[in-house]
Amino acid sequence: MSTTTGQTAPHPPNAATPPSASVVQVEDLVAEYAGRRILDRLNLHVSQGEILVIMGGSGSGKTTLLRHLLGLKRPSSGRVSVLGVDISRGERSKLYQVRKQIGVAFQGGALFGSLSLIENVELPLREHTNLDNNTIGIMSRMKLELMDLAGFEHLMPSELSGGMVKRAALARAVVMDPKLLFFDEPSAGLDPVVAVELDDLILKLREAMGITVVVVTHELQSAFKIADRIAILDKGQIVVEGTVDEVRNSDNRRVQDLLNRRARDEVLDPDAYLDRLTRNVRH
Amino acid sequence: MTYAVQSAGSYTVISLHGEIDLQCSPDTRSVILDRLGSGENVVVDLSGVSYIDSSGVASLVEGLRFAKTRGLRFALVSVSAPAMQVLELARLEKVFPIYAAVDDLDQL
Repeated sequence: MSTTTGQTAPHPPNAATPPSASVVQVEDLVAEYAGRRILDRLNLHVSQGEILVIMGGSGSGKTTLLRHLLGLKRPSSGRVSVLGVDISRGERSKLYQVRKQIGVAFQGGALFGSLSLIENVELPLREHTNLDNNTIGIMSRMKLELMDLAGFEHLMPSELSGGMVKRAALARAVVMDPKLLFFDEPSAGLDPVVAVELDDLILKLREAMGITVVVVTHELQSAFKIADRIAILDKGQIVVEGTVDEVRNSDNRRVQDLLNRRARDEVLDPDAYLDRLTRNVRH
Repeated sequence: MTYAVQSAGSYTVISLHGEIDLQCSPDTRSVILDRLGSGENVVVDLSGVSYIDSSGVASLVEGLRFAKTRGLRFALVSVSAPAMQVLELARLEKVFPIYAAVDDLDQL
């Protein structure tokens, strides 16, 4: 029997984020635009392997917070640390290293209109790795299969439905097996069945790949299904942060406003609703 | 990631250990394709794999395709739980011939 052994160059793939470490750490973050304070001394952390859902109404600061977590904006003051790296100082080399380990699925998909679906998904691998073409092709097709987009790889973004665009954006976001995934409004504009499928996918990705996920959404059902913790943002501050049960049972008025909007829909009285709709109808 | 290659009857067994990710999967790919390119039937032992990402799985997929094209055998044995989870996520657990141990393979 002959034996050959080999070893690749040592590297610390998870060295920056030991189990249960904070993957995201936000300290006293202040963001101001044109003299208006959007985020007001905000503190937040996300642990490794956790799914954190950030919720809040329009104008609550969700999008601004996401931009700071991605290093797209520099804080007026405070600190944002992602995967153990302080990204709030805007150092490009540090940002680049962190961003290679992050996947982002933007609300509108942000697919390149001039590239086919498969070319969009392959793009991060072509830009950031030296992998062989065969490997890139197989990895990308695996992600398209996972997102139930097999057979559509040569379609252009303009030929995709809303749900397909969301899934394509998610396929591209996870094609490099990121340690951290940001997903902006995954369910917005989707029919309930597709939205539930997308929630299941997020849970599967976390389970199989151990990905840490930060989801920004205003969809309660989705948040309650996937979240380990929910952070509710209002007027630039986290007003409640906790497990699904803790948020459900919170007596914070803003939180109850958010929850009760959906509750009111769920106990819809069809006759009363019809009356409201036909109040001005005369026969 | 480390690997060991040894012969076992009519098979070449490639044992992978540690984490297989974007940085080392090209080595995984090379060792698999080199052996298949030499006309050897290849078994990949994944018992020592604590983590494998999509690029590592892609190397296995390419190996399987290469073997089928050349009429060679390619199988996985002793797949660790973390590796199996990733194979299942990619719905590949029924695509690869998977055995509990090398001894379970038919000798050619």
